[in-house]
Amino acid sequence: MNNIKTIVLSNQEISPGYFRMKILAPGYNKLASPGQFVMFRVQRSLPPLLRRPFGIFRMGFMPADCDNMPPKEFIELIYKVVGSGTEIMQGLHQGDPVELLGPLGQGFDLGEPDEEKILVGGGIGLVPLYMLAEKMVDNSNVSLLMGGRTRDDIITVTEFERLGVGTYVSTEDGSLGEEGLVTRVLERKLEKSPHATVFACGPMPMIAAVQKICLQYDTPLQVSLEALMACGVGACLGCVVKGAGHTDVDPHYLCTCTRGPVFKAEELDWDKDEMTVRTSGGCR
Amino acid sequence: MMSDDKIIQPSLAVEIAGLKLKNPVMPASGTFGYGEEYSRYLDLNQLGAVVTKGMSLHPKAGNNVPRICETVSGMLNAIGLQNVGVDAFLEEKMPFLQRYDCPVIVNFFGNTQDEYGEVAARLDDVPGVAALEMNISCPNVKHGGIIFGTDPKAAFAAISLVRKRTSKPLIVKLTPNVTDIQVTARAAEDAGADALSLINTLTGMAVDVKTRKPRLANVIGGLSGPAIRPIAVRLVHQVVQAVQIPVIGIGGISRAMDALEFLIVGAKAVQVGTANFVDPNAMATIIRGLEEFCRDEGVADINDLIGSLEL
Repeated sequence: MNNIKTIVLSNQEISPGYFRMKILAPGYNKLASPGQFVMFRVQRSLPPLLRRPFGIFRMGFMPADCDNMPPKEFIELIYKVVGSGTEIMQGLHQGDPVELLGPLGQGFDLGEPDEEKILVGGGIGLVPLYMLAEKMVDNSNVSLLMGGRTRDDIITVTEFERLGVGTYVSTEDGSLGEEGLVTRVLERKLEKSPHATVFACGPMPMIAAVQKICLQYDTPLQVSLEALMACGVGACLGCVVKGAGHTDVDPHYLCTCTRGPVFKAEELDWDKDEMTVRTSGGCR
Repeated sequence: MMSDDKIIQPSLAVEIAGLKLKNPVMPASGTFGYGEEYSRYLDLNQLGAVVTKGMSLHPKAGNNVPRICETVSGMLNAIGLQNVGVDAFLEEKMPFLQRYDCPVIVNFFGNTQDEYGEVAARLDDVPGVAALEMNISCPNVKHGGIIFGTDPKAAFAAISLVRKRTSKPLIVKLTPNVTDIQVTARAAEDAGADALSLINTLTGMAVDVKTRKPRLANVIGGLSGPAIRPIAVRLVHQVVQAVQIPVIGIGGISRAMDALEFLIVGAKAVQVGTANFVDPNAMATIIRGLEEFCRDEGVADINDLIGSLEL
């Protein structure tokens, strides 16, 4: 759980605007759990000044470069190019120096075995759900409902299928899968399996809609939130989200980095139409 | 000052208002939590001192989000002095810090003169509190003390009151958002401050041109990071000319070379802020860098560098 200076192993565009980066990450397979994140430093010089938080998509081992060397341990990040930091990231090549601080934060609670699990991912929000699916698929029935604006936003779904996860795709423009919002697919799904547990990550309007639906069906929900953060370790207090019972008189703020990024729905303040964490806005 | 003899182990120890520090490097308040947050990344005992997040008499919720935003070589923040309050600090946070032998400087603020005095009094006989840093300069809350920081008379009155209520060394943290910082600095010295620390953040603002909204919920925030360093060095230089008491330099320090600029213009110690967010090991790297610089330059005692500016 420290900062490591390491290198990029590969960095490829997997869909227009979406990249997948493999980074040498000794120790992560033992340390990291589904839903945790890293603070990634794209380069030693400026800009950008601050690190960026990224959920870990997957981790594993690669064959060593030569005999008598241990296999190379890696993590994979998937990111969407949205601003100055990710613009620099997309230009990185194999061997380029980067830094990883992590794994950080509280990941998903895997719940009870044999219970049905429904994953809801919106665009890049799919990222933290893969390791979760990997962990749960052996003892539970897991399905993934994946939504995006267009088919370009539908990433890595076949990899979930290979794990044995049943997948449902919807796009707002109908260019892939069902036309419409992923939340409509969720409603239909819960109609049939009201006793499932739902795990969601995506843009805040999607998360808020998922929460309303889960409340209606009395279905347990865990959400992974994204927030602007400077430190990732609970010091800057930049990434706070309003916790359950928050009022202006008796405020109850939780750090997304240390108390999250995964929260059980009941830990958060959902009273307002708009939750206070911004998902992908702010300065990039 | 320079010598041809090989310096094996240069001395980095400095003294501020009777406070002996093993080196001149400490975190800036608000960038290091209550120490515990960084203790798994950094041995706190390596540091010259730990400076806590600002404390008030009552817990404070802070501002709405977004609270931070990156700018060119810097960041804006408007956290709003979120803190657990002095009583919870003493009960929940201080015992952790007391396990270290690193001096603890407790930063505090108040809405009123009396609140400043009350917090200072509550911290006065707490073992392990080595000094107090009085924040009269937070730009992000209406009553974060900025009124005391920008009005020399108000500063004098508040500091005089706090001076009466504490026997600990008293450091006063100054804002750069004034016309003449030497006036505030002298007012603080006259009121009985033992040392000054500067600068707090510069007020700034950024706009999201697509949504046409400010990037911070609080609209205006405090700018920190490498972008502000030249301004901070200038202000420290000016304050060192104006007062007799020691000055702690703050503003955009992320490397040993940055810290050295402040020391050379006359700061007795430095605080590292935003750099902690970027690299939790930043202060350890800076301390090592200071040692290397002294060794390379043949400086046996870092005090020989302090105020060595050649004009």
